[in-house]
Amino acid sequence: MSAPLSDFPGGLKLPGHKKRSTQGPIRKTPLSKQLVLPLQQHIGAAAVPIVDVGEKVLKGQRIARAEGHVSVCLHAPSSGVITAIGDHAIPHPSGLSAPCITIETDGEDQWVERQQIADFRQHSAHELRQIIRDAGIVGLGGAGFPSFIKLNPGVHHTVETLLINGAECEPYITCDDMLMRERAEGILDGVEIMLFALRAARCILAIEDNKPEAIAAMRFALSARTHLTQTEIVVVPTRYPTGGEKQLIQVVTGKQVPTNKLPIDIGIVCHNPGTAYAVGRAILHGEPLISRVVTVTGTDVTHAGNFETLFGTPIKDLLEFCETRRQPDEPFIQGGPMMGYSLAGDDLPITKTANCILVGVDDVAPPAQPLPCIRCGDCADVCPASLLPQQLYWYSRAKDFDQTRDYNLFDCIECGCCDYVCPSKIPLVSYFRFAKTEIMNQERERHKSDLARERHESRLARLEREQQEKEERQRQRKAALAASKAAKAKEEESTKTSESADSVTEEKA
Amino acid sequence: MPIFRLSPPFLAGANRVTLQMLQVIIALIPAVIAMTYFFGPGVLINVALAVLVALITEAVMLKLRDRPLKPFLSDGSAAVTAVLLALAIPPLSPWWMTVIGVTFAIVFAKHLYGGLGYNPFNPAMVGYVLLLISFPLEMTTWLPVQSMAEQPMGWMSALQLIFTGQFNGLGIDAYSGATPLDAMKTQIVLQQHPEFISSQPLFGMAGGLGWEWINIWFALGGIWLIYRKIISWHVPVAMLLALLIISSITTLIDPTVSGSPLFHLLSGGTMLGAFFIATDPVSGSTTLKGRIVFGAGVGILTYVIRIWGGYPDGVAFAVILMNMLVPLIDYYTQPRIYGGAAR
Repeated sequence: MSAPLSDFPGGLKLPGHKKRSTQGPIRKTPLSKQLVLPLQQHIGAAAVPIVDVGEKVLKGQRIARAEGHVSVCLHAPSSGVITAIGDHAIPHPSGLSAPCITIETDGEDQWVERQQIADFRQHSAHELRQIIRDAGIVGLGGAGFPSFIKLNPGVHHTVETLLINGAECEPYITCDDMLMRERAEGILDGVEIMLFALRAARCILAIEDNKPEAIAAMRFALSARTHLTQTEIVVVPTRYPTGGEKQLIQVVTGKQVPTNKLPIDIGIVCHNPGTAYAVGRAILHGEPLISRVVTVTGTDVTHAGNFETLFGTPIKDLLEFCETRRQPDEPFIQGGPMMGYSLAGDDLPITKTANCILVGVDDVAPPAQPLPCIRCGDCADVCPASLLPQQLYWYSRAKDFDQTRDYNLFDCIECGCCDYVCPSKIPLVSYFRFAKTEIMNQERERHKSDLARERHESRLARLEREQQEKEERQRQRKAALAASKAAKAKEEESTKTSESADSVTEEKA
Repeated sequence: MPIFRLSPPFLAGANRVTLQMLQVIIALIPAVIAMTYFFGPGVLINVALAVLVALITEAVMLKLRDRPLKPFLSDGSAAVTAVLLALAIPPLSPWWMTVIGVTFAIVFAKHLYGGLGYNPFNPAMVGYVLLLISFPLEMTTWLPVQSMAEQPMGWMSALQLIFTGQFNGLGIDAYSGATPLDAMKTQIVLQQHPEFISSQPLFGMAGGLGWEWINIWFALGGIWLIYRKIISWHVPVAMLLALLIISSITTLIDPTVSGSPLFHLLSGGTMLGAFFIATDPVSGSTTLKGRIVFGAGVGILTYVIRIWGGYPDGVAFAVILMNMLVPLIDYYTQPRIYGGAAR
């Protein structure tokens, strides 16, 4: 039935360290006293609060509305009282603060009234997308892009394949794995809704072969749904970064997403299993997105595992619940060890994109000074985008940004494979990020100066035009004056001649 | 383990420059043993002297350039340069030649261009070429293999010849003889037929007595490096294939101008060049297609210089000439990126 698998260039076989967090079932994180909810937990515009301080809210009640098109709503993860709306530290590599809504929970965890839809096929795709948007659902794989947009093929595209990305290729992370093992039914509920909304012909659920339990669970659940004939489980080889959207598309379909295009341009839409699960809960159970499964693991975590955690739960509480050997102020990782980012403080909330909290890793990158690049090309061998990191590094270092663009810097997906294999231990990805930021800054500056120049030029043009018009008017006025003068003179002359003529006639008379 | 870096990736593989260089040296050991067996302990003396001089020069240059000593001295690149140069020069080279060659390689070819990673030319070959054009006589007086020598070279005689230029009142030239490549070239000029020339005992089975075994051991060491993923197969395969093809074509057209293709593959510096010199990552091409072009270029130029040039062997010149073309090759051999149009 399934086509033979394709392959992407480069990639790495990394030690998975996944068993550490798959020993027990998904557990619920205890309810925290305080939940801090950043208004922006997604790509796009921040949500706008629709509650006031002191207001009592119920679990699942909407507390902020979507603003503009690329945005989603935000809900209270538990019942309680709004105690603050203002800046709070957020889990971001910059360490900056951002507007958040703080809820003091009352411990009753009382739900708001939920609108359940028994048969979603009675509704239009548009209505379903609206519910998904109102439920605050974003991509739970890590990027946090509003899901309703990716469920709208629009009039110009036909979706052939819905690709559920259960590869989970980064080491240590197991939240999708555990979700597929335990909630396969819920994921398939979401898949059915997604297929319906996208009018997609088929669905492929891709899982790396290091998750036999998840594969078995999904297969079992799928076998019970005989009407899902166009959905299949595809087992893909375990190799980092198979879970990269573009890489997975190439593995399962053999197609490449053209540069500067989106998967939908080749008829593919990609979603995370966690997102599918959330879609199912939102439509069939009326539950907005208020929690997610978070993997807490690492060499310094005593009780590693997966935890269903309400958004806004302080990471501190979660880490205390799992017990860690972490030193105070020791940085930890949110996300995976290859593409995640380090956070210093733990007074930060769990957000919609927090798939993993990682405290301590094996094979840690050394703090040592890097040696010069010896152009061995190991980085190019592992680059899944077939770039030449050694050349990109050379030009990034020299700040020759035109050359970095020429060498397709912006096709770098920052997977970190090049860093991992570099014998000189050069932080290549950091260089590439630096170059990208510089180029974008330059672009912005150029845009600004272009605008300024245009403004200046149009002002000069306007001044000149006004000057010309003025001169033209003066000339016309002068001409008119001269003409009228001439006319007057002529008139006078003619009166003179007539006078003289008169006199002549008089004389004659 | 707590993380050190502040930005991803937080993991690192075990790959290290030092480990790569170390494995290059390990891969050379069988051929060094073979060379010592055929040409006496002079080979080992050259290697030891070259490494010593290279490390001292490297340390002095790092000090002068205000660079940290430990990471750069321990990266092993200076030692590799020294060993390769020592294996390329005659086994009884006077000590001052080794010193000059190695010093020039480290100071001029490496550090004045910016040190490790910045040299556009292969340092060992720059040192070799300097010696070749400055001291052509000394550089072409090789030794006959031990079994053909009137008296085998021992430690005492080798040491005395290298450091004093004399042993038992005789100079180096009393012990020396032509290499097979040299002999082939001279005798072809004298209008001898290559087939007749190859039948002489000096020419062994195919690549020259002793030389063929040394080349085979270099090749085996190189194949081990490919297996260990220290070098890629592209450069050696392209170079050897190019050499094989051009020598076959030439032999087919006119059998009197050169030795057999097999002779060229197994004689002189062919295998040392293919697996250890042309594969130098710093001065070579860095793209996969580029490595094939680079290797093929080295193979063709090696043959052209051997047959129509003024020197018996051409690997060093071929590598340096191709080094010059590397930026051009790299630019035009960029791979097609994911989702991109073919370049």
